[in-house]
Order: sequence, then structure tokens, then C-alpha cells
Amino acid sequence: MTVTSPRPTRRPSAGSRAADLAGRLFGGGSATVFALLLVVFAWIFIINPSFAEPPSLMAFIKQAAPLVILAIGQYFVIVSGEFDLSVGSLVGAQVVIAAALLDGEESRTVPVILLMLGFGILVGLVNGLVTTLLKVQSFITTLGMMLVLYGAIRLWTGGAPTGALSEAFRQPGRGGIDMAVVRQLPYALLILIGLVIVAMAIMRSSYGRTLIATGDNERAAGFSGVRVWRVRTLAFVLSSVMATLAGILIGGYAGVTAQVGQGLEFTAITAVVLGGVVLGGGRGTVVAAMAGALTLEALFTLFNQLSMPSTIRPAVQGVIIIAAVAYAARERARPRQHAETPAESQQSSEKS
Amino acid sequence: MRRSRALLAASAAAALMLAACTTDEPADTAAPEETAAAGDEAGAEGEEEPEAEGEFFVQADYDRQLAQRDVEPEGPADQPWLQAIEPEYVDTAQYAQDGNTLCFSNASVSNPWRVTGWITMQQQVEVLRAAGEIGEFRYSDAADDDNQQITDIQAFIDAGDCNAIIISPSTTATLTPAVEAACASGVPVIVFDRGVNTDCMVTFIHPIGGYAYGADGAEFLVENLEPGSTVLALRILPGVDVLENRWAAAQEIFADSELEILGDEFTGGDGAEIKNIVTQYLQRGEVDGIWMDAGDGAVAAVEAFEDTGNDYPVMVGEDELSFMRKWQETGMTAIAPVYSNFQWRTPILAATMIWNGEQVPQEWVLPQEPITESDRDEFLDRNADMPSLHYAKFGGEDLPGYPTAWQDR
Repeated sequence: MTVTSPRPTRRPSAGSRAADLAGRLFGGGSATVFALLLVVFAWIFIINPSFAEPPSLMAFIKQAAPLVILAIGQYFVIVSGEFDLSVGSLVGAQVVIAAALLDGEESRTVPVILLMLGFGILVGLVNGLVTTLLKVQSFITTLGMMLVLYGAIRLWTGGAPTGALSEAFRQPGRGGIDMAVVRQLPYALLILIGLVIVAMAIMRSSYGRTLIATGDNERAAGFSGVRVWRVRTLAFVLSSVMATLAGILIGGYAGVTAQVGQGLEFTAITAVVLGGVVLGGGRGTVVAAMAGALTLEALFTLFNQLSMPSTIRPAVQGVIIIAAVAYAARERARPRQHAETPAESQQSSEKS
Repeated sequence: MRRSRALLAASAAAALMLAACTTDEPADTAAPEETAAAGDEAGAEGEEEPEAEGEFFVQADYDRQLAQRDVEPEGPADQPWLQAIEPEYVDTAQYAQDGNTLCFSNASVSNPWRVTGWITMQQQVEVLRAAGEIGEFRYSDAADDDNQQITDIQAFIDAGDCNAIIISPSTTATLTPAVEAACASGVPVIVFDRGVNTDCMVTFIHPIGGYAYGADGAEFLVENLEPGSTVLALRILPGVDVLENRWAAAQEIFADSELEILGDEFTGGDGAEIKNIVTQYLQRGEVDGIWMDAGDGAVAAVEAFEDTGNDYPVMVGEDELSFMRKWQETGMTAIAPVYSNFQWRTPILAATMIWNGEQVPQEWVLPQEPITESDRDEFLDRNADMPSLHYAKFGGEDLPGYPTAWQDR
């Protein structure tokens, strides 16, 4: 199945639009993630056509939304040339905080969510200011924050979460609007769409351009009047706020467990890198980062649909990610004009 | 450069194909090969497991544990933490001490089950401390780190003033030498929960065990599902013996049944992961029963059925209250296997018994009885004010700190 999909690039029909599009999709570079997403989805549909039914797709969106949101947050930080390793712990901390403070009381839902947002902003500010003003590398700052949050939550709760989430709190992640065709339009999808629009607006604004410029060349950006510390700190705050929102959705989706959030920072970074965003900053789009997150989730679904033994999954996932990123990187390493002419990629596949 | 790009593409495709092959193969070939032995209900996963079974399945232990479930335990019925199944008592006069400092090396408090037990243990210590039977109580928590726990135990030995050392080992093989070192120091050693590969300790306290736990749930599914029904197994992690034993016993029972095992998935105990996996299985087809090796996140599995508009499955959970409340609320067909949480009281009591020269069982097997629909409501009433991540059979209702100590955690 994978072999058939890239085939259009081999056919000598460069003039036709479809082939042009396919060439751009499968020719490597930043489009690789979209190609991979298409291939994975096509494969899932072939194995299990019922997955293409709207209710199944809605369920997929509901489960993928938190990772996409985390990827958006992580994108802001990575494109500005930093890392945020604290998001997984922050998601866990936020869910545990919510459960402990709510303790099942419906009336506390809104205040607790506001408090969580405040806590998220605070964590982002600390991450950002320590990184920019104290000049601690963000890898270390956020690794420290990850441990601090993890430890503080354990200390506070005595090792495992307590309390319970309220029904209202669980709605955004679990509930939806009942309707025909899709069975239920998840609130998570609406929230996701809202955040995607916000993220795209941010990246189109002057702040977004400065963010990329900062990641591309910090000194040049500094010389041209960008207050680098402010730009980056805001990126960390955005990341923490996104992690908080993701935490609200994850907590809503599945409730409290002691393991919630564990390892999400690496899944989010993987998603962003898979989306062709370069570690070190300055390159990549937020849309591609989101596509990276969707692709990862789709891969998990594919593995499940293939009933692949769970023991082999991490290995296969690793190979695919490395291959995809390398595939995209090869193209980027070539001179620009080549990347833009589909004819070039066509030749290469013919010769090999 | 072009070559390498094509190579990459090829390798990515190969990885995917390879993945597809490994999974397609057993599904296609398992049936003919295995029909003679176990029938194709063993399914795709059945063929993967033999080596795991060798490592984690001991027929004699399995048979013994299943038999122990029907043995009437000795001891007071209202204090199950003092009961013992088929005990062989040992004399403890040789362990007489001139002090009463009690030291406890804990593997961790990293899950709600351990947190609940740890609170119960502390409450038990309080009672005995007030009575003057225990002087100082020293505690170290290894946070699931073997090396840390070895250091912790060595620190107790080096201090030289522990009059008894209680150890809840984090892993079996790695902690064995540390337990042996503790025994060699001359003070009485008490091991509970997970075991070690030595019998140098005075007493090893544990509920019946993983095989019995796994079998309780698996048998319930076999009894309550029509032949040919589908069951999904959800597991936390591979390679942990207590959990592997549960799964090994379940496989043993499923193999002799007409149930179709759709798969066994590792969830890390993460509710979101559990919900994702169950949702995806439901998209592929019907799931009639869920077997879990621990009840963490059982509610998330049940919600996956609710959110996708499917009927409730026959469910194997645990005596964690969040699950039991969901069970009562929905009225689904379910069982709550119990890994007796009250075992956390026993080592403390055992230590004082040893100091007093009383006999204790060498292997102190505590009763381990699942909660069924008939006694579910009784346990829920008893624990009505307890938080949702509390365990119904925690056995601390008669301790003075009850109920606040377990509520404010």
C-alpha cells in the first residue's frame, strides 16, 4: 500500500495538477508530514473502512486533540530556538490539582479552571524568565521544572492523586453536542478549531514573525530591535497555557489516574519535529506541527488496527519517525530550486 | 544524495510493511498450528506468549494459589490481616530484642494502592506506639528505584539500632542480596507484598497471589459470557512478576474456554491510553468483556463504551472505589478482584509478635477474596466517605485515625 501511493511521482505526467501536488507531497521537505498523514490514514481506512465513518473520526479527534494542542504550544517554544520539557509534568500536575481542588463539587469548576490557567501562566513565566534572564539553557530549566512539578505534586498528594473531577469539568474533554451523522460533535473539536485559529493568527502577527526571526538568528533579531527575552518568555507562557488546556481536555477525556501526562513532553516534541519544525528554531510552520501530532496519533491508531503486538510498537514508531524526519531533511539540505521543481524529485525516483 | 533519499523512503516503507507482516502472520498461521492444542481462541497473541509463560508461569504455584482460594484461613474472621492460610509456624524466641525500634524500607508509594496501604500501616504503628510496643518507627521510600532501596536497607543495617527490618521489595531478583544482607545482620527481617528469592526472613507476608487474582477475573468472564464472545485484556506493564502472574493465570483459563481474546494491550495504567485503546477496539468490532491486570483506570475503559454508545461489557476491575462506584451506578456485570490491601497492617503486628517471642507463620498467606455483586454494596456503604482512589478492602476501620486519616491524603 505504501508503495502504490508515491507512484504518481514516477509517472511522466508532470504537467497534470495531481501529479504536481503528489510530487510536492511526496517529494520530501516540509510536506513529508502531510504525505505520511495521508498514507497512514489511507492505510487505516483500507484495513478498517468503519474508521472512516464520522463517529469514529470524531472519537479520533477527541483523543488526538490534547496532543495537537500540546504540539501547538511546543511549536512556539521550539521555533524560537528553545525546548519545553515541562509540559508532560504540567499536564499531570494540572489534572491532579484540579481533582484535589474540585473534589467532585460542580460549583467549583470555573474558579478551579481559572486557577489552573493562572498556575500555567506562572509556570511558563518562570520557565521563560529563568531561561532568558538567568541564561540557563531551556533544556535544563524545563527539565528542572518537570522534576519540580512531579515532585511537588507527589509531596502534596502523598504519592498518588486524590479527589475527583466534577462532571462539568469533564465535559470539554468528554462531552459534545449530540447530533445526527457524527453522533456527537465533541467540544474538544470546537476547542481545537478555536485554538488552531488563534495559533495561526499568532504566527501571522508581527509577534509570530519575530518569534521565527528570534529562533533563526537570535543576535540578528536582537540587533534589529527585537527584545529577545520578551519574545521567548511569551513563547514559554503560551506553551504552558496550551499544556493547561491540554490537561483540561485529557482530564476530561479520561479522568484522574496517577500516570496522567507521563511522557507527553517527548510525544509533543516528536510531533513537532515530525512536522518538519527544526530543533534549534527558525524553521517550520505551526500547521505542520499540528499535522505531526495528528500523524503520531494516527500511527498509534494504525498500530492498533493492525493488532501489532504492543511490545514491538515503540520500535516501529521510532523507525518511522527517524525515516520521516530524515526524508524531509534530505530535501531541505539540497539547493532550493531543486526542492521547488517536482521534475527533479521525479528523476531521482526513476534513477534509483 | 538522491540514492540515500530513495533508500530512506524504502526503509520507511519497509518498516511499515515489516510491521504489517509481523502482525498478519500469527493471525493467519496460528489457527492451523494450534487447533490441536488450544484451539484458535488463543488467537494472535497466544502464539507470542510461550516464552513469557516459561518465565512467569509456574504450574505448581498456579495450582497451589487456585486451591488456596478455597481453604478456610486460620485466625479471627473479623481481622483478616491476622488470618493465615495453611500456616507453618516458626519459633521466634531467638529473635528477642532489647529495644523496639522498627525500620521499614518501602519500594514506593507511587500508586493509590500503595498510598492507601501506607496510611493504614502508619495508623497501625500509631496504635502500637501509644501502647508502648513500638518505640521509634524509621521509614525510607525508594521511589521505585532498586538501587535506592538497596542503599536504604544497607543504611538500616549500618545504623545497627533497628530491632526489626520490614521490607517491601521493589523487584524480586535485584533486592534478594539486600534482604539476605539484612538477615545476616541478625535482626528479624519481615518481607511483604512482592517476594524475594530467599527464605532467610522470619516471615514473608502476602495475599494468595497474582495467579489467584488473574484467575478470579478470568473465571468470572468465562462464566458470564456466551461461548464465542470477545474479550480484550488490558495490562499495565510487561515484565513485573506480580502482574505477569495475573496475566499468565488468565491466559491459562482463557485457553480452556470458548472465549476469543482480541488482544492484550499495555496501557501504563494511564486512563487516557486505556480509553483510546478500548475506543479503537470498539471501532474494529464488538468487545463483550474486559479483563484487566489491575483496576487503575477501569472507569476510563467503561467510559469508552458509554461514549461510543456501546453496551456495557462484562468487566473485571478491582476493589478501588472509583470502579466500584461506577459498577454500582451502572449496574453492569462485573467483579472486583482484590489484592488485599490490609496486608500493610500485618508486618507491623508481626514485628511485635516476633519481639514478644510469639510464633508467626513462615509464609504468611493472607486471604484474598474478590468482591462480587453480593457484597459490593456492603463495601461501598462502609467506605461511603472515602475518596475515589481508595481501596475497599483496606482493613483499617477499627484504627483510631479512621476515617479522617484516609480522607485527607
